[in-house]
Amino acid sequence: MDPIATHSESFFQNGSVESTKAIARSLGNRVLSGICITLSLLTLVPLISIVYLVLKNGLPLLNWSVFTQLPPAAGMVGGGFGNAVLGTLVMVGLGLVIAAPVGILSAIYINEYSPTSRLAQAVRLVAKLLTGIPSIICGVFAFAVVVSTTGTFSAYAGGVALAVLMLPTILLTSEQALIGVQNAYREASYGLGATKFQTIVRIALPDALPAIMTGIMLAVARAAGETAPLVFTALFSQFWAKSLNEPTASLSVLIYNFSTVPFPHQIQMAWTASLVLVAFVTLANIAAQLAFSKKQ
Amino acid sequence: MPAPNSEPPAIAEFRVGPDIFRVLCWVASAAAVAALGWIVFEIIQSALPAISKFGFGFLTSSAWVPNRENFGVLPFIIGTAASSFIAILFAFPLGLAIAIFLSENFLPLPIRQLIRFVVEMLAAIPSVVYGLWGIFVVIPLVREFGNWAVVNLSGVPLFAGPAYGNSMLTASLVLALMILPTLTAISRNSLTAVPKTLREGAYALGATRWEAILGVILPTAAPGVVAATILALGRAMGETMAVAMLIGNSSRLSWSLLSPGGTLAGLLANQFGEAEGMQVSSLMFAALILVVITLGVNLIGEAVLRHTQKQTAGIR
Repeated sequence: MDPIATHSESFFQNGSVESTKAIARSLGNRVLSGICITLSLLTLVPLISIVYLVLKNGLPLLNWSVFTQLPPAAGMVGGGFGNAVLGTLVMVGLGLVIAAPVGILSAIYINEYSPTSRLAQAVRLVAKLLTGIPSIICGVFAFAVVVSTTGTFSAYAGGVALAVLMLPTILLTSEQALIGVQNAYREASYGLGATKFQTIVRIALPDALPAIMTGIMLAVARAAGETAPLVFTALFSQFWAKSLNEPTASLSVLIYNFSTVPFPHQIQMAWTASLVLVAFVTLANIAAQLAFSKKQ
Repeated sequence: MPAPNSEPPAIAEFRVGPDIFRVLCWVASAAAVAALGWIVFEIIQSALPAISKFGFGFLTSSAWVPNRENFGVLPFIIGTAASSFIAILFAFPLGLAIAIFLSENFLPLPIRQLIRFVVEMLAAIPSVVYGLWGIFVVIPLVREFGNWAVVNLSGVPLFAGPAYGNSMLTASLVLALMILPTLTAISRNSLTAVPKTLREGAYALGATRWEAILGVILPTAAPGVVAATILALGRAMGETMAVAMLIGNSSRLSWSLLSPGGTLAGLLANQFGEAEGMQVSSLMFAALILVVITLGVNLIGEAVLRHTQKQTAGIR
């Protein structure tokens, strides 16, 4: 018999060994798949737990008056966190006023004016690095620059800290947005005799706007939820802010402060504030997705 | 894209709108670059008194006694490293499993999309809400486990008593949850970037699904998974509020996971509000150390990631 036939004969005679091997392999396959699926579904548990607790503990106190009243003093009941909602909105707004122009204009420079220049490369690197520095460092910076020089904790300091936090998000998403604009549009614009400036302002920017809005909404969502940059720049206040140059309350710092006090009512208010904050952040994220899908 | 250079020379003089806009864009870019330098400069400048007073001993001393102006951050550096590494130990298997789950087709698409949505939601929940949840859910669980472990695992220094709820273990567990989205997203990207031909080749040679995953796909995607882990480590080291609310903020060093600890970020969050004089300067020094550590970790992670992208681009 030729060697090939011998080989194939022995192959068929060893069938039982081969099939146990095959069964073992298939079993191993199933076990690993099972482990992988179980671990993945396990992530549902903490999320469901968080959402359930935030809803269960936050809903009872949620009504219109929490948005209009001041936080209760230690051991008191009633009240709300109107000043904290306002403070969060004001400081995120301040941050946006600083970060959005800088972020969008730099994105235009590094994508439209001189994409390969040294400055553009430096901007990209710095933006990446800024996304990596801890959010509390933004607070430390604002403390050194604003709080130390003005001598008071203030909404300005909080706004500056949040601006540093938002800048890299806005910058990098705006750059991606401008990269997404088809070059054919720009060429058509030049072909019709438009200048560089006209092409950027009338063609590239409007086309990139939905994606830039996505970046801004993502930055807002992130900044609204941050506590670390605010905890020693804006500090906290029990009262309505009369100016931007005094300690200002925010939702996230309110949750932090109330979570460690021994009064059940304050703790429940921390849960309600969490509910409002999570709802706001989720809405901002959804808005970001919607802005982006409009472009598709 | 360069504009055509055929503009008639008459227009080449200063044009108010366009040129101011161009200069504005340049200024914004320069400002963005300067921001990082400014941050580092301000921190160093404010930290100078502490740097000149304590010098290198700041890193190796474990005394943090504000009223005697005696400062050292060794326990906090160790706490930052320990809590992040333990968090990675918990998050890595979970994150890798989810990344594989999302890049394979074990279950129908809607379920995969649900899991993806869940992981993205985990990224959207504010840190302080994790802290609040940790206080009321994770701390009681850890305390119960601690009481059990102190009795049944006595002799193991990692589980030495007395067991506290506010402990290194609590902080690490919540941190693991918080870095899971980072780990999953980047790992998943590198898994899906593995060329289809490699997988098909493995199947054609008779490999089962997991033989293909473990033998071909994971080794190809490994550098990306490593990058994901390093970047997640960087995030864990800088994470502040949840840790500050859960870890107990103690400057005592202990081997036990059940004892309170402290991290650099937590130290800053706790003490900056009421600090004065040399304490502010020392806190700035601590912030500088935190910046250096996290920037270093992130640079390494980015470098690995970039290297990976080049490599997989070569296979195609």
